[in-house]
Amino acid sequence: MIKKQRRPIEEVNSSSMADIAFLLLVFFLVTTTISMDKGISLVLPSEGNELEVNRKNIVNILINESGKVLLDDRPTKVNAISGIVERKLSRNSNLIFSVQTHPRTKYQDYIRVLDQLKEAKATKISIANPPAF
Amino acid sequence: MPDIIFMLLIFFMVTTVMREYEGLDIIMPRAKMIEKLESKRHTSYVWATKDGLVSVDDRIININDLSGLMYSKIVKDPKITVSLKADEKTTMKLITDIHSQLRTANALKLSYSALTKAP
Repeated sequence: MIKKQRRPIEEVNSSSMADIAFLLLVFFLVTTTISMDKGISLVLPSEGNELEVNRKNIVNILINESGKVLLDDRPTKVNAISGIVERKLSRNSNLIFSVQTHPRTKYQDYIRVLDQLKEAKATKISIANPPAF
Repeated sequence: MPDIIFMLLIFFMVTTVMREYEGLDIIMPRAKMIEKLESKRHTSYVWATKDGLVSVDDRIININDLSGLMYSKIVKDPKITVSLKADEKTTMKLITDIHSQLRTANALKLSYSALTKAP
């Protein structure tokens, strides 16, 4: 009779498990990019939805191609916009700010002006189409 | 100890969103009053370079095709926000064109992607 020899059951060596997990962890830590999507939000008006607005409630902001700003026909420094806008808003909260740009205006200048408007907590911002030159 | 590591591992695996595409070479403008976008899943990126190239989903497209493309996106996901990643030296002509294309497509939620202003 052959005696069956009992072999001890071999276990998988699990001591390196933690190392593997660590390695994977480091890999995912490195590849994870924390969402960097930030920006200035705006809601565009839907097409063909032009509203008639009282002239008194509109503040025109014009930006020319060299980044100079004309706020209600007065040349204004970009940094001063938020202060002026805030004062205007405290007098009349229904104001609509119409931002008009020249086709060759730099995007950076436009963002700066929008940033100033946002800083003054202006909510009604209208983007006028640049007039045809 | 391995349990904790595994837990962290699973957390990072779940939260990791592999970058699908890189986009174009742009320098984003800087701004102070920037807000976070609500969700990455409901965001569509439009890239615009200073040379007037427009790219959506890793493909350079003609500006006039933008509204059609955006329309098909908005039909699939009405909550979509368009994140406009434009170079700071882009001219407003291109931006205005993108505006009108988006308006045609009824994709009205827009976000101008910007970096935080260095103090």
